[in-house]
Amino acid sequence: MSETRYTEDHEWIRIEGDLGTIGITDYAQNQLGDVVFVELPEVGRTFAKGDEAAVVESVKAASEIFAPVAGEVVAVNQALVENPALANQDAQGEGWFLRLRIGNAAELGALMDEGAYKAFVEGLA
Amino acid sequence: MLNRQGRESAPTGTSRPAAAGMPGHRGLQLEEPLSFEQGQAGRSGVDLPPLPVGEDCLGGLARQGEIGLPGLSEPQTVRHFVRLSRQNYAIDMGAYPLGSCTMKHNPRLNEKLARLPGFADLHPLQPLSTVQGALELIDRLAHWLKILTNMPAVAMSPAAGAHGELCGLMTIRAALAAAGDARQRVLVPESAHGTNPATAAICGYQVESIPAGPDGRIELAALTARLGPDVAALMLTNPNTCGLFENEILAVAEAVHAAGAYFYCDGANFNAIVGRVRPGDLGIDAMHINLHKTFSTPHGGGGPGAGPVVLSERLAPFAPLPYVVHGPQGFRLVEQAGEPGHAPIGRMKSFHGQMGMFVRALAYMMSHGADGLAQAAGDAVLGANYLLARLSDVMSASFPGPCMHEALFDDRFLKDTGVTTLDFAKALIDAGYHPMTMYFPLVVHGALLFEPTESESRESLDELIATLRRLAAAAQAGAVEDFRAAPRYAPRRRLDETMAARKPVLRWRPAQGGTAK
Amino acid sequence: MRYLPLTLDDRQVMLAAIGAADLDALYRDVPASARLKAPVDLPMHAGEMAVEREIGALAAKNRAAGQGPFFLGAGAYRHHIPAAVDHLIQRSEFLTSYTPYQPEIAQGTLQYLFEFQSQVALITGMEVANASLYDGATACAEAVLMALRVTRRKRAILSGGLHPHYRETVATALSFMAEEALLLPADASGAEDLLSRIDPETACVVVQNPTLFGHIADLSSLAQACHDKGALLIVAVSEVVSLGAVRPPGAMGADIVVAEGQSIGLPLSFGGPYLGLFATREKFLRQMPGRLCGQTLDEDGRRGFVLTLSAREQHIRREKATSNICTNCGLCALAFCIHLTLLGEAGFTHLARLNHRLAAQAAARLGALPGVRLLNSGFFNEFTLALPVPAAPLVEALAAQGVLAGVPLSRLYPDDAALANLLLVAVTETNSSEDIDRLAAAIAGGL
Repeated sequence: MSETRYTEDHEWIRIEGDLGTIGITDYAQNQLGDVVFVELPEVGRTFAKGDEAAVVESVKAASEIFAPVAGEVVAVNQALVENPALANQDAQGEGWFLRLRIGNAAELGALMDEGAYKAFVEGLA
Repeated sequence: MLNRQGRESAPTGTSRPAAAGMPGHRGLQLEEPLSFEQGQAGRSGVDLPPLPVGEDCLGGLARQGEIGLPGLSEPQTVRHFVRLSRQNYAIDMGAYPLGSCTMKHNPRLNEKLARLPGFADLHPLQPLSTVQGALELIDRLAHWLKILTNMPAVAMSPAAGAHGELCGLMTIRAALAAAGDARQRVLVPESAHGTNPATAAICGYQVESIPAGPDGRIELAALTARLGPDVAALMLTNPNTCGLFENEILAVAEAVHAAGAYFYCDGANFNAIVGRVRPGDLGIDAMHINLHKTFSTPHGGGGPGAGPVVLSERLAPFAPLPYVVHGPQGFRLVEQAGEPGHAPIGRMKSFHGQMGMFVRALAYMMSHGADGLAQAAGDAVLGANYLLARLSDVMSASFPGPCMHEALFDDRFLKDTGVTTLDFAKALIDAGYHPMTMYFPLVVHGALLFEPTESESRESLDELIATLRRLAAAAQAGAVEDFRAAPRYAPRRRLDETMAARKPVLRWRPAQGGTAK
Repeated sequence: MRYLPLTLDDRQVMLAAIGAADLDALYRDVPASARLKAPVDLPMHAGEMAVEREIGALAAKNRAAGQGPFFLGAGAYRHHIPAAVDHLIQRSEFLTSYTPYQPEIAQGTLQYLFEFQSQVALITGMEVANASLYDGATACAEAVLMALRVTRRKRAILSGGLHPHYRETVATALSFMAEEALLLPADASGAEDLLSRIDPETACVVVQNPTLFGHIADLSSLAQACHDKGALLIVAVSEVVSLGAVRPPGAMGADIVVAEGQSIGLPLSFGGPYLGLFATREKFLRQMPGRLCGQTLDEDGRRGFVLTLSAREQHIRREKATSNICTNCGLCALAFCIHLTLLGEAGFTHLARLNHRLAAQAAARLGALPGVRLLNSGFFNEFTLALPVPAAPLVEALAAQGVLAGVPLSRLYPDDAALANLLLVAVTETNSSEDIDRLAAAIAGGL
């Protein structure tokens, strides 16, 4: 059973047990344009909520991926490093960035569910 | 009666695209391979004397093996670079209304004077008795800059605008440190050029962005709310990047000073006000001056520039090394700390500054004079306002006039046409112009920033205006395909920047094309 | 006013179109108290002849290097520049264009930047190079900042053989960042011990090769020691012609190579504008400062060039950029690129060996003068002489006789008494054997 939550920085986190897989939303990849580079953290690093966990660059923009919740990195998507276009082609699937062991599940409560995020994005237009 | 003898003297009506020649040439459009693809071993474009007989004393560290540089004769080299030059647009070819970059005419007198052996063939560490004229020139340029800005001091060594910003912020940080005041934050409006926040960050400051007000200017209330005992400086561009004069600047300066902070002005747009308004009368503590903009040293495809920084009385003691002073025996160059009353921040670069640029800038200033500089600024502002007035009915001006030396539009006039600011820029290329600055400043959507400069005649401005009106009308008439396909008449069509960034190829390698012969 | 095309009539017509009464009305946003009513107190406009006369008079007060025997170096070198270089860089299309933001109409600039990057990578023995920085000293400061980013450490060790201007430029930059620069004492003998200074806090070691004093060193073991401790080795080259004869830093394990490019294509020009070269390993590419040009294809599949990896730069990254640098030294890079293209492999290596042989002859000659000692065993085109008298007054006296004998080390280290008698002498292809005779005679006569 998995559940996906969203942040105002246009990141998603898919929760499976105590693991959370993190990426950027389709809206975010659209805004960035062609992603050309990602920088991912080393496995084993720990982040507090809001820490800079990764970097994503397109031709015209660069932005940080913030840890949506505290946790320890247990995996990163090496395929994305090799082929950054995955972030454009399949932002919420093959284009995932990293997986955390969630440190504090209570922090998930502050994130948006799919409906709330949809409304949030519509509010930006 | 038509002449049937000899050559045709009128078009034959059989026009069709010519087949490209073997290396891809079409008429005067000549393709040019890399120098690395046309070299031959042993060929050279210089003749040097033979090696004198003797021993090498390289400590056993002589270079081994080939470097891989191509060998070309002089005619091949000349042809190579002349062909490359023809793939560039330039101010000398036509209007170059690239906002915030100030592409004005570069007088050739300045080039000639910078090449006088008395300047060009002068080593920076010669005995001072042999370089008095060079020191005097630096001193005279400094005098002009101080009078034009009404500021008491100027640091001459910074090599470019961004380098000048760094110098200015370092003097501010040093002045605060000397007063035992460890402030941590620098305020930067979001309309600022990217160098401002980058500079503040490498100077060790936290950067805080201030939103622009609805009129494109800084809002005094928003600024005051951010000011406090932890703010070291405000970095404000004036005239700002929207091409507007900050009309509350006196109150801004007062608020900044009341909070114990310094007022840094980015002088990139000084060309709009030179000879008419003096930054020293506006409460500014430090401002860099891009000699390559206001004083027309050539941009040269992106440098070299020069970025002297004028400083207030309070900041002057912290100016970097070296600096020129008058002494009883003529001009002296202070190259070390330890002069009474001075606590220099250190050194910004090797030697004494961009001498070649100093000569050019002073020649430009002397040619224009006090009267001509003011007229040049006035004409630049007049040209931009003329553009704004004549285009506002067909393009969407971001802010009402009058503007300063730049006219800013956004992409509302392209809404629902399918044409983007980028497409519009590329269509201008096909119309024979270098495009305006696009997508900067960031505070308006799809920005189009035009800076015609004082170098354009009224006829030239009228042609540019007519072209822009025609393009705006075409966009609104649905010619989106033409825009998307532009440019079609440039040496290259649109280039794939995504490919360039995903798999960077940043140098020639033998395996990639031909071989190094 | 010859540079201003608008006539009085034009201005009136334009003001009318705008709906403004006069020019002053366009400046209405400027506080009235700050609007000048009369021209500032500076001379009025002047014609070409008048400006040329006045600035020419200032030039005439200087003693140009070419007026007599000349042996100054210390980071700026007098080399012959082929006539074609200055002609080509003055072509309007190069001289009067901007940074290549619209690549379709800037392929000329972009292609030479690509060739320049290739040349710099090849001669330094490195994998990638950027499109240039301001000068050797600022490139050196940028290299140290990059090493701090790469290693996430806070300490830079600067060799006593590094040019003091480079050392001071680095120290100035670091003094504002709470980072530490360890400046070792001036190293005239070339015997300084760097290996024992490297510890786990060290971000980088910065050396110059040849050193300020002219010594050439094999840096391989230093590179290994740096890498063993997780530090980077930065090598500065202030005389870039040396790379045609001396083993390049890249072949000795350097992680970053910076150089002053002035020697190829650029006049002395009293210290600027010069050209900063910057090269590194591919793995550090994203941490490299400065503009980069890359190859790509256009819509029709033709090869072309663009500025690339800009997301590292200030105009996108703002306060998170790798550097605050906005542009490069385009025209200086062009002069370098043209001169090196003219030289080619054969010319560049020959030029370097010619410099070395001439310098070796001069060193042997001068080192044999009574009371004079040559400090160098291995050197390129510059060496240090220990004189029996202070060097600065001697240089001053010889200048009065028309011989510019070299750089007294006291000019760069005025407070170091141990260096007072040292004279740095550079010899290039521009020096004739008569020049060297005159120098030897002048020094002998001055002692």
